[in-house]
This record gives sequence, structure tokens and C-alpha cells, in this order.
Amino acid sequence: MSSNSIAKPFDNREQFNLVIVGHVDHGKSTVIGRLLSDTNSLPDGKLEAVRERCRRNSKPFEYAFLLDALKDEQEQGITIDSARCFFKSGNRDYIITDAPGHVEFLRNMITGASRADAALLVIDAAEGVMENSRRHGFILSLLGIRQVSVLVNKMDLVKYDLKVLEKIKEEFGAFLEKIGVKPASFIPICAREGENIVRRAEWHDGKTVLEQINDFSAHEELDNKPFRLPIQGVYKFTEEDDQRRIFAGNVETGTASIGDDVIFYPSKKKTKIASIEVFSAKEKKTISAGEAVGVTLADELYVRPGEIMTKSSDISPRVGTRLRVQLFWMGRSPMIKGKRYKLKIASSRTSTFLSSIEKVLDASDFSMSFAKSQIDRHDVATCVIESIRPISFDLPTEIAGTGRLVIVDRYEIAGAGIVLGGAMDSKSIFDEHVEKREERWETSELTSEQRALRFGHKPKFILITGRNEERSKRIGMMLEARLFDEDYHVYYLGIANLDFGMDQDVEEKEEERAERIRRLGELSRIMTDSGQIFITAIGELDPHEIRIIRKLNAPGEILVVSLSQDSDTVSEADINLNENDDEVNSIRKICERLSIEKVIEDYVI
Amino acid sequence: MVVGTSREPRMRFAYWKEKMIQNHLDRLEARSVHILREAYREFKQLCMLWSIGKDSTVLLWLTRKAFFGHVPFPLVHIDTAFKIPEMIEYRDRLAREWKLNMIFGTNKTALDEKQTFPDGNVNRIMCCKFLKTEALKRTLSGEGERYRMNHSTGKYEIDMNKEPYTGVIVGARADEEGSRSKERYFSPRDRESEWDIAEQPPELWNQYKTDFAPGTHLRIHPLLDWTELNIWEYIERESIPIVSLYFDRGDGKRYRSLGCAPCTQPVESTAKNVHEIVEELRSGKFSRIAERSGRAQDKEDSGGLETLRREGYM
Ligand SMILES: Nc1nc2c(ncn2[C@@H]2O[C@H](COP(=O)(O)OP(=O)(O)O)[C@@H](O)[C@H]2O)c(=O)[nH]1
Ligand SMILES: [Mg+2]
Repeated sequence: MSSNSIAKPFDNREQFNLVIVGHVDHGKSTVIGRLLSDTNSLPDGKLEAVRERCRRNSKPFEYAFLLDALKDEQEQGITIDSARCFFKSGNRDYIITDAPGHVEFLRNMITGASRADAALLVIDAAEGVMENSRRHGFILSLLGIRQVSVLVNKMDLVKYDLKVLEKIKEEFGAFLEKIGVKPASFIPICAREGENIVRRAEWHDGKTVLEQINDFSAHEELDNKPFRLPIQGVYKFTEEDDQRRIFAGNVETGTASIGDDVIFYPSKKKTKIASIEVFSAKEKKTISAGEAVGVTLADELYVRPGEIMTKSSDISPRVGTRLRVQLFWMGRSPMIKGKRYKLKIASSRTSTFLSSIEKVLDASDFSMSFAKSQIDRHDVATCVIESIRPISFDLPTEIAGTGRLVIVDRYEIAGAGIVLGGAMDSKSIFDEHVEKREERWETSELTSEQRALRFGHKPKFILITGRNEERSKRIGMMLEARLFDEDYHVYYLGIANLDFGMDQDVEEKEEERAERIRRLGELSRIMTDSGQIFITAIGELDPHEIRIIRKLNAPGEILVVSLSQDSDTVSEADINLNENDDEVNSIRKICERLSIEKVIEDYVI
Repeated sequence: MVVGTSREPRMRFAYWKEKMIQNHLDRLEARSVHILREAYREFKQLCMLWSIGKDSTVLLWLTRKAFFGHVPFPLVHIDTAFKIPEMIEYRDRLAREWKLNMIFGTNKTALDEKQTFPDGNVNRIMCCKFLKTEALKRTLSGEGERYRMNHSTGKYEIDMNKEPYTGVIVGARADEEGSRSKERYFSPRDRESEWDIAEQPPELWNQYKTDFAPGTHLRIHPLLDWTELNIWEYIERESIPIVSLYFDRGDGKRYRSLGCAPCTQPVESTAKNVHEIVEELRSGKFSRIAERSGRAQDKEDSGGLETLRREGYM
């Protein structure tokens, strides 16, 4: 085993991702094939083997066959899926992604393009600007790819007439400007003959393609932006007595050091970084953009994956439940109102709904529609989406990683887009829902007063929450027994009965919590309407979740009992029980409160 | 907040130099770790395939990086019974040292019935299909016997857990051959492990497909962006222990890719340690020769490996 080697200049190479896009048959695969072969980057014998195979099958040789490796691709002469190829030039390791140009493989193109640092967009000189030239250009801008060079290919077909180049430059340049892309260059090429790819043709005095890609600048400087660490996981591995509780994720932007004050969003919980954890690496005092990291905290906070860790001294991210977004839709079924989708921004996942559509753009011809009520496949929509829980985000122009999003429709990533900003001033879909529900609420002949008179008490939903779920449960059950003894109509619901019953169709994932909470709220509305005292005990709820349950239970009455240490939850609860209260004492406190509120008669011990 | 513009030029230079430390390997590492953590976050029935080769060993190392020294899922090895003995020795040594949850599976029926190559009665491709693809399918599904290392005795015992693994982390690299260059980081397979290449789900930025209909199986590929050279550079930088078959031990030959003894030939090379391998790949005799050129099953027909992979070969 050799140990640490001496650092050499070329050890510090840079990894650079490049994508090549454009309309079908305009020559994308040929450009890459030429680039690989003219820089001597192909494995020995590869070119000969492909030529030989073509000869055997009596097919003309194509450089594209170097990449279109799938049988179907070679038979049909098209690129079906993005292929990665690797080559080195200067100080860089390039990964080039060959994106397919067919519209039905658009999602493959997007996959390839989304990870690119720069893009080459190929246009056939003879055919000119086509539907997918524009669509791909637009997608590049939506994906946030700022460095683009346009390659005008097949100059041989227009007899190397540079007027053709100028015409395309004018037309396509104007289009790119409209969508906020400033092309680095327009390079006339003849890919098949390798002109201006690596070797400059005598009729050209500008950059070659190779020169252009080496000129693209390195990744954006992210270290001096505000610190953002989306939390991917909170780990506590207990093997071999490991006591660390590690908050892990990849730093999107900025830097942070041991001892820095940090705030999590959207919960706004505050603490300090206690340590930076590494495995088999030098000790670290600072973490910075691009790194996969882990930290421990000074306080024992309850923070869920999906929150964003930020530095108190930095500008904070925005928080809201309504977002104005620009969305590209790839789903087979359209995006519609009233359907639940999953929203993913950075490491967060939340349920979301389409609230309103402002306008829809057809990215191929740039026509605009203001009257659509749904978002169809390949539409680019400016719309408002709304989620039940608050989400934290940034503007992608400031911080890309926390400003872009995908929408999942059932199991598929169906939409991708960027945040344009928060959207305020509208009734939330939530309030609207409760309003509508109450309008349509069917009541029977019996009034709640009649029920209260018969039962000898008023209805109430008693929700007990705290991190110590066992303790909450015990209190819930003892309270039920106690009230039952006094002849009240009371029912304790074990949350597990929902998990394996009513909520059986809800996946056991963090992002599905909101749905479970919603269902509990709806159920409590029914139970309190029946006149009962309805008790349940649940693990730690955050203040937002408590507010949701309150809203859904209304006009039913609720008493939130908290056993939490968390100051925000405490301030949202109606009664806070002390850690030291024993169970009898806890029940006494709850009953006293019930009697003050005249839910039950005077309570005497 | 400090804004970057007022920084002095000297400071900026020092800063830039420091930044260069995030080189190509750091970037690759950060992305792979992110993928591993994402897999761990989203899938309960998760395992990692460990072929004992350099790629999956790097993957194992990255896992320890991602989870701060722990490996929070089982490692599965498919033993074809044709593996070179040193590989098994090395596997068990690391499994013990690193306290791995180590499992292996094998296709006993095919071995008993001699559905093997070249000593049995099938060709190369079929042999691969039985001893690797089939064995893997049955081990993952729990239909086939799983043997699990008992760390108190150091011996393998039949594993009582027969629950299927639905998420499998694999060390495939895009530069290995054509069809792998089109893989996704998170790649769904149907129940039969078949791969529908044209219908792959989109992956954007660092958002992967992590929602699946019940019954879907998933391959996770954290190493797609790594080249063979990157793998060795990283092994060198991190001092990762590697099975000695990769090195020339005096006869001027070494293995560049490890597989079953009958179908994997050593290459002519005098590289005796990791550093010499890095040099050989960077500028030496292998800088332009494909890695899998020593693997016979790739050559059977033009799409031999693609066909195998569509059916579930790793
Ligand atoms: N005349 C001419 N044909 C070219 C040139 N570059 C590519 N082609 C041809 O255009 C066709 C489509 O090329 P391909 O690279 O597969 O296009 P893609 O669909 O954009 O990947 C192939 O038949 C190529 O041989 C060129 O510079 N001149
Ligand atoms: Mg193509």
C-alpha cells in the first residue's frame, strides 16, 4: 500500500460537466464523437471497431455510433438517452452529456442538462432554428445554465456561407436574449469533417469548440454567499457506543465554523455548531460550499431532515406556504387543481397543491396563454403553488440550490422549476377548505345543546403532545378512566389505531406527516360534533401542526396539552405540564382547566 | 454579512488556493456521499453489493465517510464459487475489521447441476446469467439462502432474515461500457429486475427519483461519474486497502478488473502499488485501453453486456 503521495500540479484538476443539446439530427452526437476522437480520448481500437461493425452491417460510419451504444439507438440512428462521456483537456476532467433531441425524450435531455456547468447548443445551418432549438434553449435558462455556446453545424451544406451564420446569430441571439441567456459565442463548424472542433479550418478565425469549452469559467463562487446547509439526515448510530448526534447534508453555499450561531428554517430553532465530524480525514474547523458534511450541535434540538441550517449573521432564507414559481411540466397527466402533489426543494419534501395559473408558455413557439386551467406536458407555466406546511427557500438568482424545485406526481418527477418569489394575499386553500366544509356541514335534528344537557358536559378535543410519547399516552388513558368514572362520555383514541386503519394508505415517510395530521384534524371535528370528550396522545407536534389541527377541529373546541420542552410548541399550547408533574398531578391540572372552561362540572379532588 | 468585494488581492489569492483543494475528487466524493445519504433516507430495505473489486470497495469507503465510520446497511456478495480465493480472504478480513453486516449468496442449484463455463455445459453468457444474475436475484429476494457473518464466531451462518432487499447500491461506472453510460443515479427496475432504458425517470440537479410504486426494485449508482483513473486516484489519496490481485507480484502480470477466474485474464503490467497504477492510467500504457478489455463476456456479441444488463446483470 502506498500512502500519501506528493501533491502534483495535476492532482488538483477540476471536474467540469458539459451538456450538448439541440434539435434532432443537427449533429450533437457527431460533435462529441469528433471531440473525443480528435483529442485522442477514445480507447485504442474503439474507432476501428465501430468502423468495422459498420462495414460488416453495410451501414455508413457515423461518429454518433461511438456514443449511441444501445442496440435500438444504432438501429434507428437516434440518441434515446443521455450518455456520459469522459475526456481530459488542460486542467480539467470533463464529463460530457450527449442529450437526445427528440421531443419524446425531453426528460432525458433535462436529466443530462441539469447537472451541467455549461452547454453547447447545436443548430443545423441548412435547417436553421427549429422547435427544439428554442425549447432546449429555454430549458437551459430554466435550469440556470448561464454559459452557453451556439454551434452552427453542417456549414458544408450551405457552402460555408457565413451569411447563414450571421442570420442564425441574429435570429437565435434575439431569442436567447429574451429568455435571459447570453451566449458566449456562435461557432460555425462542420462536425462530420471535424472543422473547428479541435482543428481550426482556414475559413475561420474565431474560437474552436475545444478552445471555447476550455474558456468556460469554473463553477460559480459559492463560498461568499449566505450559508445554507439543507439537512438530509440526523444520525445517531449507537454501535460501539457512539454517542454523537450528527446533522448531515451537503453545503449549498457559504461557510460556517465551530462555535457559529446557527438557525434552522422554517422552524427558526437556534443553537451553535459544537463540532464538525469527519471520517478518516483531517480535522476540520470550517465547512464550505460543495462539501458533504456533518456537524453536532450545542443544544439538543429536535430538527427534522428537510430543514435548512443557516448562520445567524447571514441573510435568512424566506419562509412561506405560498410560492410563485415557473414550472416546466413533463408529466404524462397534466397538473390540475385540487390534486395533492409532492414538492421537493433542497432536502425538504412537502405536500403541495396548484393554487392558480398566471400564464402558460409554449416553449417551442413562444406563444402565451392566460386562460389555461391546467398545465399540460411540455408547458412552461407561471403559477402559484401552496403547501400546508411553511417551506423555506431562496431566490435562485441568489442561491440556486435552495431556489429550485421539483414536483412529484404520485411516483414520478413530473415538474421542474424555479421559485420566482413568495405569493401572499390570498386566502389559503386550507381556510377555503374549512369554510366550504362548514357551509356544507350536515346537521341532524339534535342540537349540541341537547347533547350537552343529556351527557352532562360539553364536547372537547383534548390533544396531548410531547416528545415522550409513552408518558403522553399514559396521561391520556388515565384521564379517560378518570372522566369515565365521573360518568362523562369520553373516548381515548390510540394513534396506532389510525396508522393501521384510516391512515393505512399513507406512506410512512416524513413528508406524509402533514396528511396524517390533516386526517386527525378532520376526525376530531366529527368526534367533538358527536358531543364527546375526545382524547388522543401524539408525539411532538410543532406549532404549525397544532394550528392546523385547531383550524380543522373548529368550530369544535380543543384543549392542547403540551409536555414539550420546545419553547415554540409551549407557546402554542393551552396547558403546559411540567416535566416533574406526576401523572395524577397532570390529570388534576387538565381537569381543573376543563372545569374553569365549564366543559365539566366543578372539579373537586 | 461580509460581502466579497472588499477583500484584498492577497487574501483573495490565499482563498483561491484554499478553494482549489476542492478538486475533482472532492467534487465526486461529495456527490456520491449525497446519493448514499439520500438512499439511506428513503429506503428501508437497503443493501450494498460488494464485489470485492476496487469500485465497490471505494463505494464501501464512501459509505463510511457518509455515515461517519458506520455502515448502516448490509453488504451483499455474490459468490460464484469461481472467484479467486484471495478475494474471499480479503472480504472476510475487512468484514471483521470494519464490523460489516456481511452477507453472501450463491446459486447452489446451477453449481450442483454444472450449469457453468467452461467446466460445465453452458456458454459464458449463460454461466454469467446463472451464477451472477440469477444468484443475485434470489439472494436479494430472499428466496435463495443468505449466509451472514456472525461476528462473535467469525463464521457464516444461514441468515434467518428472508425479507427482500428492494434498494440495492451498486458500484457501476458510466465509463465502463456503453449501456452503463446511460444509467441514472436512482434507477428503477421492475419485479423481474428488467431495465427499461428509454423510459428512465428524470433526475434533476440533486433531486432523484425516490418515490416508487410498491414492488418496484431500485438500483442506486453513486459512482456513475467516476472514471477508472478517478477510482485509483481516490484509493491512493485515502489509502484504502485493496486486494493485492490488482498489483504485479513479481510475474509482470496483474488484474485490472476482477471477476471469475475462468473469464478474467490478468494484463501485462509491472505496476506494484497504487501509485504506479495511477501513473499507468494517467499517462502510461493503459491510458488509452479500455478497462474491460480483459473480460470475455463483453465480446460475445455487439450488445452482450447490454442484454445481460437489461436482464439484471450488474
Ligand atoms: N453534411 C453534414 N452532415 C453532418 C455534419 N455533422 C453531422 N452530420 C450528419 O447529421 C446526421 C445527424 O447527426 P447526429 O450527430 O446523429 O445528430 P444528433 O441527433 O443531433 O445527435 C448524421 O447523419 C451525421 O452524419 C456536418 O457537419 N455536415
Ligand atoms: Mg444524437
